[in-house]
Amino acid sequence: MQNLQVLSFSRSTIGKKVIMAVTGVIGIGFILVHMYGNLKVFIGPEYFNAYSEELRELGAPIFGHAHALWIMRLILIASVALHVWAATALTIQARKARPDQYAVKRTLEANYASKLMRWGGVVIFVFILYHLMHFTWGNIHPDFIPGEVYHNLVVGFQFLPNVIFYLIAVSLLGLHLYHGGWSMMQTLGILSPRYDQAVRRGAAAFALLMTLGFAVVPLAVLFGVVK
Amino acid sequence: MKLKLRIWRQANADTQGRFQDYNLDHVSADSSFLEMLDLLNEQLIQAGEEPVAFDHDCREGICGMCGVVINGLAHGPARGLTACQLHMRHYKEGDTITIEPWRAAAFPLIKDLVVDRSAFDRIIQAGGYVSVSTGSAPDANAIPIPKKNADLAMDAAACIGCGACVAACPNGSAMLFTAAKVSHLGQLPQGQVERHNRVAAMVRQMDAEGFGGCTNHGECSAVCPKLIPLDVIGQMNRDLIRAVLSR
Ligand code: HEM
Ligand code: FES
Repeated sequence: MQNLQVLSFSRSTIGKKVIMAVTGVIGIGFILVHMYGNLKVFIGPEYFNAYSEELRELGAPIFGHAHALWIMRLILIASVALHVWAATALTIQARKARPDQYAVKRTLEANYASKLMRWGGVVIFVFILYHLMHFTWGNIHPDFIPGEVYHNLVVGFQFLPNVIFYLIAVSLLGLHLYHGGWSMMQTLGILSPRYDQAVRRGAAAFALLMTLGFAVVPLAVLFGVVK
Repeated sequence: MKLKLRIWRQANADTQGRFQDYNLDHVSADSSFLEMLDLLNEQLIQAGEEPVAFDHDCREGICGMCGVVINGLAHGPARGLTACQLHMRHYKEGDTITIEPWRAAAFPLIKDLVVDRSAFDRIIQAGGYVSVSTGSAPDANAIPIPKKNADLAMDAAACIGCGACVAACPNGSAMLFTAAKVSHLGQLPQGQVERHNRVAAMVRQMDAEGFGGCTNHGECSAVCPKLIPLDVIGQMNRDLIRAVLSR
């Protein structure tokens, strides 16, 4: 059946959305663990720095030094690339599908979260690059010391504009996950109408938890709780 | 009542369209939206001007021919109604009403407020049917169908193919229409044999027509005169994924 070729699946609009949903789930898995890991900063410098060290030994003795970490990084890079590729292709297609705009525009069900998926996604993507340059590669960090994760974090968040950008990014991430968390269930067709409202509430709770969980670290540094 | 109308006028697909303003008096609150347009057209014809072209047929809300975007909403402000069933009591003296055609690349404009929706017909032709030998009508209860499935199939089958879902979707997507047709047949025993091929073929045609993808805003279902629920889209997605996996 030529209709069902896998290639034509990734070419189809629904296939692209399924790719976004699956890569989105991988992203959700990552940020959940990342947020949890960040909170270890409250336990103290030694603990936090050791956590960063031990991450490189993840999966030992089966995996060698930093092997498991790199496998996860490659999966994440591929996921972000596919997610952004599908988002871009669908955005272009949607623009083509409505070449002439309405003079009067009104929406009934769309909300800030659903309307901000694309531009919010762009900001999140820029943030990911910025965040890597800031704390991973350190090339835009004022006083980056490799391996001194706690120090890098505390110095990094002493700069107010930086904290503001982080807060904006994690708020947009929250909105992205609020709509995305529900939307992916619909895309994957695993949403039973009976649980629709529960899934929406679950997505809202999850999104709020993520935003607060990420926001609390820069705020704690800014207000001197972590120093 | 007296109304100010801003109506999209365009002679054909090759010319530039623009809004034209009209002042219309003596509009009865009991008249339907299309009767209001009839009143305008009578005056235009008497004045020797070109009447406004708009689609309509049954004027009972069942055929799916009518449909214009009224002040930014497909079929106007009332939920679950077609434009022909919308009554002027929703408006008051002095209101300005902007009337535009469905705007989508897959629905090329024919004239004024009339667009060509044959893209929908081609989606149906691609797979929106069951292949059965015709003949005398089968006995109504020969094939048992659970009540729940019969109800869900009926809800989806209520789609009249008006195109409001496409008109309202910020992405110009035809997912609600296609999904209504896919899940209406997919709920029934008669639709099982061709279920996988149907969804693949219809989605393929939907994409080929140049509709956009779905981002689950929910605008389609909100303006649908038959209130087709968003769930049908989830079901179509599930069917397509299953079709691909079980190929
Ligand atoms: C931390 C990173 C990210 C995570 C965890 C994430 C997660 C998700 C999830 C779960 C969805 C729902 C998929 C669906 O509707 O089936 C989604 C949709 C989407 N994402 Fe992301 N995303 C991330 C980053 C990005 C980036 C960098 C962009 C860049 C352009 C982006 C743009 C979009 C768009 C446009 C949608 C589609 C909304 C829709 O069609 O409903 N996302 N995302
Ligand atoms: S004219 Fe038939 S539905 Fe409106």
